[in-house]
Amino acid sequence: MVVETGFSSPRTDAFPAGLRVLVVDDDPTWLKILEKMLKKCCYEVTTCCLAREALNLLRQRKDGYDIVISDVNMPDMDGFKLLEHVGLEMDLPVIMMSVDGETRRVMKGVQHGACDYLLKPIRMKELRNIWQHVFRKKIHEVRDIESLEGIESIHMTRSGSELFDDEHFLGGEDTTSGRKRKDVDNKRDDKDLGDPSSTKKARVVWTVDLHQKFVKAVNQIGYDKVGPKKILDLMNVPWLTRENVASHLQKYRLYLSRLQKEGDIKTSFMGMKHSDPSSKDSTAGSGLHNSMDLTQDNVSNGSFSFSVNHTLAPSVDLKGHEGDRKGITSGPMTELKGPFSIDITDPRKVKSSKISLDHSLGSVDPNFASFGSTDTRRYSWNEIPEIRFKQEYEPLELENGFSQLPLPVLQHHMLTEYPQPAASVSPGPSITEKEATGSGFEVKPMYDEYRSNHVKHSNLGESHSVNNQVFKPISATTSSMTSQETIPNHLTESEFSPKNMYEGVGIEDLQLCWLQGDYYAMNFGVQGLDCTEYNHPAIISETPFHLYDAPKFEHEHPFDPTDQGLFA
Amino acid sequence: MERNPMRRQLQTMRKSLFDQGHLDEQFVQLEELQDDANPNFVEEVVTLYYRDSARIILNIEQALERKPFDFNKLDAYMHQFKGSSSSIGAKKVKAESTVFREYCRSRNGEGCMRSFQQLKKEYATLRRKLEAYFQVARQAGPMETACRPK
Repeated sequence: MVVETGFSSPRTDAFPAGLRVLVVDDDPTWLKILEKMLKKCCYEVTTCCLAREALNLLRQRKDGYDIVISDVNMPDMDGFKLLEHVGLEMDLPVIMMSVDGETRRVMKGVQHGACDYLLKPIRMKELRNIWQHVFRKKIHEVRDIESLEGIESIHMTRSGSELFDDEHFLGGEDTTSGRKRKDVDNKRDDKDLGDPSSTKKARVVWTVDLHQKFVKAVNQIGYDKVGPKKILDLMNVPWLTRENVASHLQKYRLYLSRLQKEGDIKTSFMGMKHSDPSSKDSTAGSGLHNSMDLTQDNVSNGSFSFSVNHTLAPSVDLKGHEGDRKGITSGPMTELKGPFSIDITDPRKVKSSKISLDHSLGSVDPNFASFGSTDTRRYSWNEIPEIRFKQEYEPLELENGFSQLPLPVLQHHMLTEYPQPAASVSPGPSITEKEATGSGFEVKPMYDEYRSNHVKHSNLGESHSVNNQVFKPISATTSSMTSQETIPNHLTESEFSPKNMYEGVGIEDLQLCWLQGDYYAMNFGVQGLDCTEYNHPAIISETPFHLYDAPKFEHEHPFDPTDQGLFA
Repeated sequence: MERNPMRRQLQTMRKSLFDQGHLDEQFVQLEELQDDANPNFVEEVVTLYYRDSARIILNIEQALERKPFDFNKLDAYMHQFKGSSSSIGAKKVKAESTVFREYCRSRNGEGCMRSFQQLKKEYATLRRKLEAYFQVARQAGPMETACRPK
């Protein structure tokens, strides 16, 4: 049986033996039967009867499994939810099983990303061929791999070379993939030298920055009209291909639709939540946010302050609700944990310049679902994250995630990439201008409230003149949407130093810059979401996680974004 | 033709289980999974099934004692039970589960109760027959391969 030693010892004849399967089913009888069946196929089987347990197993060993087979009806978690998580976080092929073969159920499975839907009773022959799903995915991944230029290689090296560690690829059963991996490996070596011309075949790493560009492009085009080619053109990332964008878009859509559902629930609830952050802020010491105070409650409220450290602006503190603004603390940048760490635990650190991206993002979520629609609901930024949180998160889980463990690579991304939008915002004047020219942005009342709150806070906190000036115009104009043109420019600023960002930028700032006249409010949120997304466990998982190979998790952050919000 | 009388008896019992519609193809799948590594695989699975499904039966019984009926819950339980029953190929039991679920969907309490009674009967009958079957199987000694019903 082939072990996952990588392609080092390809056993062509034995393929697909050794395929590592994780079976999840609450029915012990089926679990026993499936285990036996899979073993007869010479697969390596791991069984578990709880979805949560399965997720833990998967997270612990990011590259420990090649494929997941899961029942649809499980007591602790809906199989479709598990399916989504696995797809986002680990990007493994998932096969659904059920005794119910109703078309609508099967459709749901497919919509959620299942690569197959088996009806019980399951036959051996059906299980024998599951390796094709693994193989197919590998092939597609390789195809998606584009030659990377310097930037990407930098990202990659930043992320740690483990990303391309062959081990993280399919555990060696797939010899063809193995060969490809080998190529990647060789190429990677070249790549690490930063040679832009080498055609390194590596998975596209959807960094925070890249994803932001993506979302911005999507917003610009209009979610309804979006298409991979259009996005690609707008993004202006030379090494990115249409296929990369297409697959990312697919995942994004799924994510949004889920948020939409959750958003719907929370819409009314969120309402005026952020109406009075001041109380909270004061505790935090920064105008905006208590974001970090992720207490159990907060957590349950769905505060995803991914912003890790509260110190850095991009802390995506989804918590927004109840006025908790998890902003990004504008503390020393170094503390920024990056999008993936959910530092809910430390509100104190939140500085005035916290940009609770989460807030913006959170609320935006619902917006995502309905891009372009001027849905007032969208602007309750706090909504989404919280919703999510509530629904999925268990306080306990949150806490785990919040250990303020620094997130290595991802954090860097966050630090470097994420702040950009904020940075762009910070220059007061520009923002002001934008605000003045803002158009069409339907800032919802909530936003106004929020904004004013933020303004208040930011003023309270460190002197962020920028904030002040920024906010003034905003307060004045309800729809202070920075002009679309300006924002993009800002966003693409690369010399933005995180430091600046955090100091001068408050959430409002970010919000402002993201609010673009032509963007829908949601865009704003979306933009913000960019941050939040990354912070948001769900989002994060969507972006970096699955985009990265398992290795990514190696250097992984202790934080389990997925834990935080996604899995209730 | 099986020489060993016990084996012959076993085959007869087995055939009858299939002919009478108590078992379906899934049972054969289980038999095919049985091997040297798991010589009593089928019996183990069946035992596991009866143990686990008893819990579901109990849940349904309790749910049927609460009026008004929570049809959604009943349906969910039965869905679970049906899935479980499909694992050993309990054909009649599975069929009755479907009937029960239909009554749940049409919110027919009476139908549910009747159907459940029938289901329990089939469930008990099958268990009896399988217990007897395995008893003979143990006495007859290991069978290399399952005889497929023709």
